[in-house]
Amino acid sequence: MKDIIDHLKKRFPVYEIGEGPNGVIFMSVEAAKLVPMLTSLKANHGYGILVILSAVDWLEEYKFQLTYIVNNPEEKSDLGIRVFIKREDATMDSVHRLWEHAATFQREIKEMFGINFPGSPRVDEPFLLEGWDNLPPMRRDFDTKQYSEDTYFPRPGRETNDPAEYMKQKLYPDE
Amino acid sequence: MSDKQQNQEDKFLAPENRKHTVIGPEGEEIHVDPLNDYFCQDLPKVEAPYKGVLEKFLNWARSESLWVLAYGTGCGSIELPPLFSPRFDAYRFGVMMRPTPRQSGVLIISGYLAVKTLKRVIRSYEQMQNPKYVIALGSCTINGGMYWDSYNTINRLDHYLPVDVYIAGCMPRPEAILSGFNKLKERIKSGNAEGANEYVENLEWYRTNQKKVIKDWNMPPYNW
Amino acid sequence: MSNMNYSWKNNRSMFPEADETGKLVVDLDSQKYIKVWQGPNHPGVTGNMSLELTISGDEVVEAQTHVGYLHRGFEKLFERRRYMQCFPTCIRMCVPEPDTNEYNLARGTELLGGIEVPEMANWLRMIALEMARLQVLLRMVPGQAGTMGLGLPAQWGLYYRELILDRFEELTGGRIYHMYILPGGVRGLLPDGFKKRLEENLVKIESFMKDVDRVIYANAVFKKRTKGIGVIPEAWIDPYGATGPVARAAGFERDVRKDYPYLYYNQLDFGVNVEHESDVFARFRVRRKDVDTTIDLLRQIMSKMPEKGDIKAETPNVLHWKIPRGETLVRCESSRGEYIFYMVADGSMYPRRINMRGPSYSHAVVLLEKLLINANISDVSPIMVSLATCPPEIER
Repeated sequence: MKDIIDHLKKRFPVYEIGEGPNGVIFMSVEAAKLVPMLTSLKANHGYGILVILSAVDWLEEYKFQLTYIVNNPEEKSDLGIRVFIKREDATMDSVHRLWEHAATFQREIKEMFGINFPGSPRVDEPFLLEGWDNLPPMRRDFDTKQYSEDTYFPRPGRETNDPAEYMKQKLYPDE
Repeated sequence: MSDKQQNQEDKFLAPENRKHTVIGPEGEEIHVDPLNDYFCQDLPKVEAPYKGVLEKFLNWARSESLWVLAYGTGCGSIELPPLFSPRFDAYRFGVMMRPTPRQSGVLIISGYLAVKTLKRVIRSYEQMQNPKYVIALGSCTINGGMYWDSYNTINRLDHYLPVDVYIAGCMPRPEAILSGFNKLKERIKSGNAEGANEYVENLEWYRTNQKKVIKDWNMPPYNW
Repeated sequence: MSNMNYSWKNNRSMFPEADETGKLVVDLDSQKYIKVWQGPNHPGVTGNMSLELTISGDEVVEAQTHVGYLHRGFEKLFERRRYMQCFPTCIRMCVPEPDTNEYNLARGTELLGGIEVPEMANWLRMIALEMARLQVLLRMVPGQAGTMGLGLPAQWGLYYRELILDRFEELTGGRIYHMYILPGGVRGLLPDGFKKRLEENLVKIESFMKDVDRVIYANAVFKKRTKGIGVIPEAWIDPYGATGPVARAAGFERDVRKDYPYLYYNQLDFGVNVEHESDVFARFRVRRKDVDTTIDLLRQIMSKMPEKGDIKAETPNVLHWKIPRGETLVRCESSRGEYIFYMVADGSMYPRRINMRGPSYSHAVVLLEKLLINANISDVSPIMVSLATCPPEIER
């Protein structure tokens, strides 16, 4: 495990290398060097399985994080690679030529977050939602409770009782 | 309808459903408007029930042979196959599963409805023939259940379809579904299960609610 | 009836040709093709998913899958709920087998929050996971014949599945959704006499599986209809992300319980069932052998379990629990494949991102479209059921 990280450090600009609690090693890399790095991992070091391609929205820091987790079935090790891109007009290169099922992940991320992957098959068609013309739903600035109250008719009489507040009132009303 | 509504509805319409011209076999041009020309434009009428002993007899016959449309719309449909297995046998009550809406009398909405499924359920419901009833299973149909703040599931089913019996639970046991069928039978025998007539009388109201939620409406005024 | 003797394997002059990239050139105006929509309400499609098939004669030429009929927006709902409140929502991702998702979420929360689980709780978790796997296999294995018209063994299988659901009801209080596994441990011990009743049920299930062997497995019609259909070449398994029985039927020895052992699976003795032909019959055989493995594992767990112990570790007050910043990945093996959770925490009481991926996400969207090309119409449903697609996993 150590030598692969040294090997990657020499050839690609990786930073922020850390080990997660389950033995997965996460590292960050610049967006332009991602696809060469993944190609080299797949061809030369045997990381032939893409486990998941996920996106996280850091609204307060004005960026999106894309996480690619690849797996080596012979040595049974996982590597997580993070990429940060900006929030306006977000695009990223597509990896569907390396792994075919990445096309599904990319379709969903395009629909839910608005990150475009030009060239991926069927990426412009709606995947899960039909007739949607609002913000991409998984972004942090889309308020789902407000949207649900406006469009669907909530049954009257429902109030939100936060259990923490209720317990605090009953048990420790003075604090 | 106003221009703004027309534009919004046209935005999601597939190209083959818009107005276009077709060249015939001898070169003539035919102007086609699929949503108006291919479907029947009539609206249904209210069917008043018969009176007296005849209606009582017909109600008894309808209640003892309820055929269910086998459409599992949500997670509640995991308890429907055990209902038709030998342990909780529902066949002995005359309840059968049918694959098409034309042959069924009861539509079971088992759980939440995403907006995409709601469009197909409305189509299935309107294609069913009278007399027809709707059973709503689970707490998601009553007030939204645990997906009350989701952007893709509806909260109250009775604003979109007329419901006859609600069965509470998440999800209800097969015994609870059987007792729900019993309640539906009592309601039919007492003459109160007029969901289909209510739907036809208040079609305007139901359609407004449905079109507010389903933005790409490409169905005719009534799905015969 | 025309005079043309038309065998769909030899005379291919009516079928489209492939261009240089291998994609079939389909001209929809040429009056040779019909589009059939095998839609969400169909007895041959598992769940609510639709296939848009372009058919020429009897053979499927192009297929496109459409999902989204069951989308509830889980991952958006998780951002509004605290970690403990996410449990009832996340188990409804895979309706027939909810315990694997409970375990994954509990494990991810423990890893990020730094909590250790006592020994007895791990053994109890293993019992819940294996019982869940057994009741899903009891519906899937006889159900494979239902796609070809033999619907009776599926009804038998449903009865034996009820025996296991009764055991779940004794243990946890609910038939389908158990809410048994929490971060820190489990909710309760085994009731008195549970082991004896479970053993009686396992004996009955073993004798039922002999009936299934006689009726389905040794059936000449079943063999003729499933051998050689839906073949996945070995080179397609990794690029298309196939896991679980689909990969095992192609010759790969992949099982999360052996490769990345979790709970106490490294103390148990079991093998990985592998076949080599990778067609529908091979996947059926792998699942049939999995039933035997699961029954054997349940007996081993019950004999190796300690008698008493702590069932739950101390956790902070679950409604005020702030988990420090970090990210992790957890896996679990179910009867369908691998379930993977990727969780990101940002130091507050609400999770930043929980991304759940089920095995059907890779099997049923892109791989199915490739497998259905050049298949007969009547083979579409057996192929789909043999991949064990479950649409709620794709759309959550």
